[in-house]
Amino acid sequence: MSDAPPSNFTPAPLDSSKRTWLIASSAAGAVGTVALATPFVESFSPSERAKAAGAAVEVDISALKAGERMIVEWRGQPVWVFKRTPEMLATLKTTESEVADPMSKRTDFPTPVWAQNIDRAQEAHKDILVVVGICTHLGCSPVEKFKAGPQPSLPDNWVGGFFCPCHGSTFDFSARVFKDKPAPANLVVPPYTYLSDTRLLIGEYKKA
Amino acid sequence: MAEFKEISPNASAGAKLNNWFDNRFPTLFAEYRKHMSEYFAPKNFNFWYFFGSLALLVLVIQIVTGIFLTMNYKPDAAKAFESVEYIMRDVPGGWFIRYMHSTGASAFFIVVYLHMYRGLIYGSYRKPRELVWIFGCAIFLALMAEAFMGYLLPWGQMSYWGAQVIVNLFSAIPFIGPDLSLLIRGDYVVADATLNRFFAFHVIAVPLVLLGLVVAHLLALHDVGSNNPDGIEIKKGPKGNRWSPDAPADGIPFHPYYSVHDIVGVSVFLMAYFGILFFAPEMGGYFLEYNNFIPADPLVTPPHIAPVWYFTPFYSMLRATTDTMVHVLMVIIVLAVILNFIKSRSSTAKKGAIAVIGLIAIGLLAVFDAKFWGVVVMGGAVVILFFLPWLDRSPARSIRYRPGWHKTVYAVFLIWFAILMVLGIMVPGPIFSQGSLEWLTNERVALVGTLFYFGFFLLMPWWSQLGTPKPVPDRVTFKPH
Repeated sequence: MSDAPPSNFTPAPLDSSKRTWLIASSAAGAVGTVALATPFVESFSPSERAKAAGAAVEVDISALKAGERMIVEWRGQPVWVFKRTPEMLATLKTTESEVADPMSKRTDFPTPVWAQNIDRAQEAHKDILVVVGICTHLGCSPVEKFKAGPQPSLPDNWVGGFFCPCHGSTFDFSARVFKDKPAPANLVVPPYTYLSDTRLLIGEYKKA
Repeated sequence: MAEFKEISPNASAGAKLNNWFDNRFPTLFAEYRKHMSEYFAPKNFNFWYFFGSLALLVLVIQIVTGIFLTMNYKPDAAKAFESVEYIMRDVPGGWFIRYMHSTGASAFFIVVYLHMYRGLIYGSYRKPRELVWIFGCAIFLALMAEAFMGYLLPWGQMSYWGAQVIVNLFSAIPFIGPDLSLLIRGDYVVADATLNRFFAFHVIAVPLVLLGLVVAHLLALHDVGSNNPDGIEIKKGPKGNRWSPDAPADGIPFHPYYSVHDIVGVSVFLMAYFGILFFAPEMGGYFLEYNNFIPADPLVTPPHIAPVWYFTPFYSMLRATTDTMVHVLMVIIVLAVILNFIKSRSSTAKKGAIAVIGLIAIGLLAVFDAKFWGVVVMGGAVVILFFLPWLDRSPARSIRYRPGWHKTVYAVFLIWFAILMVLGIMVPGPIFSQGSLEWLTNERVALVGTLFYFGFFLLMPWWSQLGTPKPVPDRVTFKPH
């Protein structure tokens, strides 16, 4: 340990071939470590069961009245099916200048091309909004604030929409986020198909 | 290798046993001397020095109660909530063990915050104690991870949505974010897989890291020696005390002097701890949030979610980072570059380089979302602590000998930290419900607080050098009693 080497001690000459083998075996060891770590890291990703739960779900919307919202579970996420009244649709014009991305052109939370309009809905059923009810900020589920007018946490010129209780992001009746809010993007429109006027398949988009 | 020591056959049984071990395991004795009976700590410690040993005590409480909780807890999304209620209602003594653990979590943060504050005011992070401080900051970070993952386990509404929000923080990282948060959750939303792995991290992985860091923190401390309220290096002072001619004259052995001294701190702490445990275990919804008594529901976010109190200062900074904050930061960068051009005495090339860096920073601020910067601000608020040893350039270590107005700076910092803490508990939006003050929103106040928080640290290299420090004495100030 602390013993000094004897005075006649001379270090052995450097054997470079030994060093080559040391580097080679260290490299081989590193490769082996990465290979060994792979299954462990992989085990963190969603299991086959979790992936299977991501299949499309079919919903009957015949009982949904105007002004009502139903929540369906798809991939463990709440999907809103929201039938808007004509008055609600009328507010979308007034909020157009106040929302961050009125035409849903952002690409990081892509909106399907067929929903890149102010209704964010399919042409045949403009009144029905289908969105994943998870805030694009940090994943809370915004709540209904349909009543217009001044109220706590909301601006005085509130015309109705949704409010995220976690970080205060506000959304209009098309789930478009207002400017200068923590959420960067409008709520996500999932792929969905109308199997008939009252039957909706959430999770798959087939061109009509 | 030490010589094998023979002992007289007439020695007492105790001495013989001692000798038997000393010949076979001398490390035990050497370490005991190094860390206990011959670890010389400054004799002028005040009550601020209780919190280190209290943190160790709480760590032991958490580990022991945690082991007992795992005996009845089920890390399964379908059973977790009810297994916690089972512990509370049906397991004999279960409520006591669980409340010890949940109160212990908050107590841990109280003690650690006070311990860090002690380091801050007495300059305990200054050379040569940088590593002691860095290990300490790493402990704080591990503790945050431990607390966050533990909070998911009861599988209440707050557990669930808190985890949802924090895991989604990672998805704000450009390019790799969404895949990273998927990898953390193991599912598309927080689910059974998440609960199970957080359980594994909470009960074994993070505690192992935490214990390793605590050992490193203490070993590094015992190598360089403790600081003290005067910020004087006792090793540089005169040598020789009652116990050893080589030890610092102002040092006393940790055991028995401080081990006994700490018992006083422990007694007071335990009175407060058990007072809370028996009379207010939920602490009005701050230690155990009311929404967490509702089982997790992935389809409904509770109307108001807030993290537990110890995370709220950082959480408010996250919430304050909207586009307004990004614009304010851009303005600040522009001002800093201009100020550098006018005031700094450095070369034109250096000034130009700083201007280019400023421009790049503004560009990055414009390119990425405020959401990402929110995460950067929140993480940065913790990471910046690691750099404290190099930010502080004051000639005097301890607040006692710094210019008087430094105390005001610390007070302003503390007040803003407290305000951020309160804001993080409150709902977003206007603070007062009455009309005329509607502009005074939670986010705007938190924005100012965030700027003060970062200003305190980032401007420290300048303000800490200003003013005339008071004369620092050669020996520690100590009045025997």
